[in-house]
Amino acid sequence: MTDATHGMSEPRQKTSLTAADARTAARNRAEKRFQYYGIAAIIAGGVFLVLLLTAILSNGIPAFQRATVNIEFTLTQEQFDEAEGTMLKTKVYTGFFIDALTAQLTESGIETEFDNKRIERLLGKVGGTIRAHYRENPQDIGQPTRFELPASSRVDRYFKGTFDRSGIGDGNRFIMPGDLDFADDLRAAGILTQSFDWNFITGVDTGVDNAGQAGIGASVLGSFMMMIVVLVLSLPIGVAASIYLEEFAPKNRFTDLIEVNISNLAAVPSIVFGILGLAVFIQFMGLSQSAPLVGGLVLTLMTLPTIIISTRASLKAVPPSIREAALGIGASKMQAVFHHVLPLAMPGILTGTIIGLAQALGETAPLLLIGMVGFVARYPETFLQGFEGPNSAMPAQIYNWASRSDAVFTEKAWGGIIILLIFLLSMNILAIILRRRFERRW
Amino acid sequence: MNDMRIIQRTAGMNDIKIHAKGVDVFYGDNHAIKDVSVDIEDKTVTAFIGPSGCGKSTFLRCLNRMNDTIDICRVTGDIRLDDEDIYDKAVDPVQLRAKVGMVFQKPNPFPKSIYDNVAYGPRIHGLARNKADLDEIVEKSLRRGAIWDEVKDRLDAPGTGLSGGQQQRLCIARAVATAPEVLLMDEPCSALDPIATAQVEELIDELRQNYSVVIVTHSMQQAARVSQKTAFFHLGDLVEYGETGKIFTNPDDSRTESYITGRIG
Ligand SMILES: Nc1ncnc2c1ncn2[C@@H]1O[C@H](COP(=O)(O)OP(=O)(O)OP(=O)(O)O)[C@@H](O)[C@H]1O
Ligand SMILES: [Mg+2]
Repeated sequence: MTDATHGMSEPRQKTSLTAADARTAARNRAEKRFQYYGIAAIIAGGVFLVLLLTAILSNGIPAFQRATVNIEFTLTQEQFDEAEGTMLKTKVYTGFFIDALTAQLTESGIETEFDNKRIERLLGKVGGTIRAHYRENPQDIGQPTRFELPASSRVDRYFKGTFDRSGIGDGNRFIMPGDLDFADDLRAAGILTQSFDWNFITGVDTGVDNAGQAGIGASVLGSFMMMIVVLVLSLPIGVAASIYLEEFAPKNRFTDLIEVNISNLAAVPSIVFGILGLAVFIQFMGLSQSAPLVGGLVLTLMTLPTIIISTRASLKAVPPSIREAALGIGASKMQAVFHHVLPLAMPGILTGTIIGLAQALGETAPLLLIGMVGFVARYPETFLQGFEGPNSAMPAQIYNWASRSDAVFTEKAWGGIIILLIFLLSMNILAIILRRRFERRW
Repeated sequence: MNDMRIIQRTAGMNDIKIHAKGVDVFYGDNHAIKDVSVDIEDKTVTAFIGPSGCGKSTFLRCLNRMNDTIDICRVTGDIRLDDEDIYDKAVDPVQLRAKVGMVFQKPNPFPKSIYDNVAYGPRIHGLARNKADLDEIVEKSLRRGAIWDEVKDRLDAPGTGLSGGQQQRLCIARAVATAPEVLLMDEPCSALDPIATAQVEELIDELRQNYSVVIVTHSMQQAARVSQKTAFFHLGDLVEYGETGKIFTNPDDSRTESYITGRIG
């Protein structure tokens, strides 16, 4: 503020535009530094993302592959009658299977010894599977039939490289070193192959004795049912509440209080909603436990604040001149909102809704409290059962698998995460597409 | 040349369309309009002039109750349209606004097609019995808005894609389409070039045959050209109201004279 700094009274010093003065140089350095920080932050973020994705993909991809024994098998009517006539029926079927397998191996010029036990360790209860097939499909008797029998989880992991002979201790009931040699032979003969495991996507959860067969299908359905409930409830309620608050409600203490509370609700930890759901929907209202309906209700409570906040923000973003234009030619308030404001706010509302749904899809904590982590080994029988019957959901199923000790389930958990991420990614892409499509200039 | 026209012009004896008496407007504690009484005649163009912030827009918006949409705004006094109190409890502002149309300072077409922009009013008020009717109303309104020739080949194009001046004329066409009895225009030409301005002024002159037009303007020339009556506002007061010719040539109040000659502004 002194004269000297203004340089009014003294003759002005000659400066060149090409040489930066000290202040400008310092400012430029500060700007450069800031840019470096920014770039460093982005690189750090990128590195973590890459690490995360490689970890997920390298651990999860094997879950989509499955070692299976492909064998063609013909059961004659006499063999069927003979087997059904004995006491230990499945054992006889296993015998037939061993005969067929030996024949096929000899055909490819491989000589090995194997017995009932080895087959059981490698392929589980083959006899039972075969018997069940023929009892259900009697027309296949006498016809060459293809069987795809999943190899046991240890053999499966042996081919994926996560299990080897050093992992076999003395007296292991589940596998012996010779079994793996035999598996190598089967592979050489082209009988044992690795293929895409559709069962992982369509199947249901299994017990420890059949870990390799576990699939995520039922819990995908559970998640889907929950999302239907969430969408059907939270979109209309959320949008109606926002429109009322934003366009019609008087601005006073009371509506301010509501507004503050909605913002706070968005920050409430999800487990709180879980226990609320347990208390209100299950204990008080008596809805059934573990049901996607209840899960959907709880997630609706969780999603509503997100939808209301984003809807109100997009309603606010519509220029008031549009409302004035409509009111000015005699539209009622409701006509102004529904004919003009809402269509313009639509992209924002849809984006907010989908992001809210995606959040709900990945939510685990509240599901733990309402019992959606149970062991669900069956698909619901009817559509309504899908809502009311007990089911799990993707994140809960993943949590459940990850907490089991068998390494196969750990692999399944990673695979489940990939599926969950695919769903989330598709929802986000859908949000972007909808936004693009509905976006209009004003 | 302007002066010639002004002096020649004497407003004929017309019925009073809007009768405002003792109107006060408050924005919270801000007393924006102070005890204003005005009689606006039918089939007449009335101009509101005055320095920025004096309350022209505020008073204009009282006449079709657009101020209702502002929470903090409070209007007292008596405003009658055809001898009916427009602030009466029984009056539906929606019906009022169908009769008293408005064109805003900033063009605000809907982000819809040009056709739909104009057709919206007639649709919600049920003015057209069928599509042919509606087409006719749209064409007639666009012609009155002096924009038909420019848009007749692209009625499906978005109204927001027009130039600022075209948008404003579209908004005028939209306001005319609902067949209002009074048309309020808040600085309708502030975004227009001289040619479009001339077209709009011509339109206003034509509208005068059937409607009562109230126009807010910052252009003295425009007020002088188009209006028969002029009201001069200053700091929320209605300082002077009378025949345009008289206001511009021989004002009673010294403030009016200072403003017109460019000393207050
Ligand atoms: N929405 C509002 N909320 C609060 N105060 C307002 C609002 N609109 C106008 N005012 C106040 O009312 C007074 C009159 O404003 P108004 O817009 O009527 O002026 P104007 O004569 O139209 O000015 P201009 O020529 O610049 O458009 C001003 O003091 C302004 O601050
Ligand atoms: Mg104004």
